[in-house]
Amino acid sequence: MDRRTLTAFAIPGALLVLFIAWPLLRIVAAPPALIWETLLDQEVQRSILLTFGASLVATAIALLTGVPLAYLLARHDFPARWLVEGIIDLPVVVPHTAAGIALLMVFGRHTFLGRVSGLLGIRFVSAIPGIVVAMLFVSMSFLVNAAREGFEAIDPRLEHTARTLGASHWESFWRVSLPMAWRNIFSGAIMMWARGLSEFGAIVILAYHPMVAPVLLYERFESWGLRRAQPVAALMVLVSLVAFVALRMIAGRGSRAGWRMTTRRRREVWGKSD
Amino acid sequence: MADDHPEEKGGMGEVRLEQLHVELGEFSLEGITLDVAAGEYFVILGPTGAGKTVLLETIAGIHRPLRGRILIDEVDVTDLPPEKRGVGFVYQNAMLFPHLNVFENIAFGLRLRGRRRDVGSDRQIRERVYAVSELLGITHLHHRKPDMLSGGERQRVALARALVITPRLLLLDEPLAALDPATRELLQRELAGLHCALKATVIHVTHDFEEAVSLGARIAVIHQGKVLQVGPPEEIFRKPNSEFVARFVGVRNVFKGILRPAGDGHKLLSVGSMDMAVVTDLTGQVYGSLRPEDIIISREPFRSSVRNSFPGRIAGIADRGSIIYVTVHLSGGGGAPEASPPLDLVCAITRRSLEEMALREGEEVYTAFKASAVHVFPGAQG
Repeated sequence: MDRRTLTAFAIPGALLVLFIAWPLLRIVAAPPALIWETLLDQEVQRSILLTFGASLVATAIALLTGVPLAYLLARHDFPARWLVEGIIDLPVVVPHTAAGIALLMVFGRHTFLGRVSGLLGIRFVSAIPGIVVAMLFVSMSFLVNAAREGFEAIDPRLEHTARTLGASHWESFWRVSLPMAWRNIFSGAIMMWARGLSEFGAIVILAYHPMVAPVLLYERFESWGLRRAQPVAALMVLVSLVAFVALRMIAGRGSRAGWRMTTRRRREVWGKSD
Repeated sequence: MADDHPEEKGGMGEVRLEQLHVELGEFSLEGITLDVAAGEYFVILGPTGAGKTVLLETIAGIHRPLRGRILIDEVDVTDLPPEKRGVGFVYQNAMLFPHLNVFENIAFGLRLRGRRRDVGSDRQIRERVYAVSELLGITHLHHRKPDMLSGGERQRVALARALVITPRLLLLDEPLAALDPATRELLQRELAGLHCALKATVIHVTHDFEEAVSLGARIAVIHQGKVLQVGPPEEIFRKPNSEFVARFVGVRNVFKGILRPAGDGHKLLSVGSMDMAVVTDLTGQVYGSLRPEDIIISREPFRSSVRNSFPGRIAGIADRGSIIYVTVHLSGGGGAPEASPPLDLVCAITRRSLEEMALREGEEVYTAFKASAVHVFPGAQG
């Protein structure tokens, strides 16, 4: 690229990066003492722990259910596959408040599911399980899609080879497919978890209380205004950032990823065989 | 199933395919019937897209045939999953497990078996992995990850991984195609040696004619999902039974002979009673092949630097449009009785030279070709 083209491409890009970074820097630039004070606020602590925990549970549920689904989508052609894939992607485009309303109509107190689970002592509305299902609903796409891409990138001939070496389909999944897709799955889980942390719309409708961090922040802003909301926001941005970067580093550690083929490369390679 | 592991019954690996029909996306196999004898080195030869890999994978149990049966050692295995068939499989790109090092790749099959019963102590696994690694000369690679290996090393590891479970049948899918020529030749010789030593049945798929001739005791030519011809290499290239086989095998001159040193850097390849100068590092019994376009025809004897020149009589002229194929029956004189049939050379000339020389059948001509034009390759053993 010559200098002029480089400049022409770099300027708009730089503006966009600035647009994202500036507000974040601005918010994090709260006086450290104030942030420290906020950190000692028990209500803030509770809500941050609740947010992290609930999102973790949602991610765990998605791991148990979404990874098998992702493998099926990557390996099997079944009649309504396009429909399933569409449903998986839907939460990304649905307004999250609408998602909250939809969840309320299924998990609400007077719905069938609400009553049955009520009998078992599980309440969704204004309770932690409600927060978890809201997070699960809006963020599982990230995990399922990442895992599916991970499985798709594995040449099926590796699984075939494992089979001829004596592995059942089940064993070849555990010993070849899962270890190979693990990095994708893990990074999908991080994305999902991070997305769950930031969820507001769906949660606020299903479970205003107990307050997750974004709801708490909203409440402080509504009740006391910008000045009181800023340190809370700063703290949340910082905490999320630290957790996100840490997990990213774990996921990226030792990844030479030389064997992980991109979709295009895989097509080339597969296309050649008959 | 009375026995979950037929491979450990010490079967001989005789394979019989009966009217196999397979459909898989754009590939389909129609009515494949083949018999492979126990211990045979059998080559399936065909162009890309012929369905060779699908056929091999069907034998391995990856794909289920629509119709037909697969018998290994006279037992119907058509409904058996791959892990119970006792076959080893090596793909073109080796398909090593990238998350495991070389040792663990080779030990993969043994560890699975060990889990099912008590044959998998760490010591036993180590012993077997080392034994097969030494056979293939890859012991020093044990700690490497597959992406740190060369193409030839990868194929050796893939072979070791397949062989360590002592399969009664070894399926090789273009195992040499991804290698550079030198490595390919080396590994090809090793494959032949391994087959001799292990006596396992091998079915080897390739699109490379010379590879097929070098390795195969018999060759099956397949095209568009059908078997066109089965037979020993010489039969395939001497008597192609169809237009396709003739064209795929190529109009070429292939002859069997014995190499003798000639002293001046060349070697002499004795074919029947004729000695032709060739350039090669090989020794012993080999094949030579010569492309029709590398042969010159003239009416006068050659007095140029061309190393090989033989007189002969025109046995046939085939018009193929812009190229004319002239078959010259070489008059090498007498000839040893049990030598290969009298050598006919097919030469390609342009229409113009045909007209200029006014060649006719039965006329005496001289053929000539350079020593370096003869491609020498190892012959099938036994």
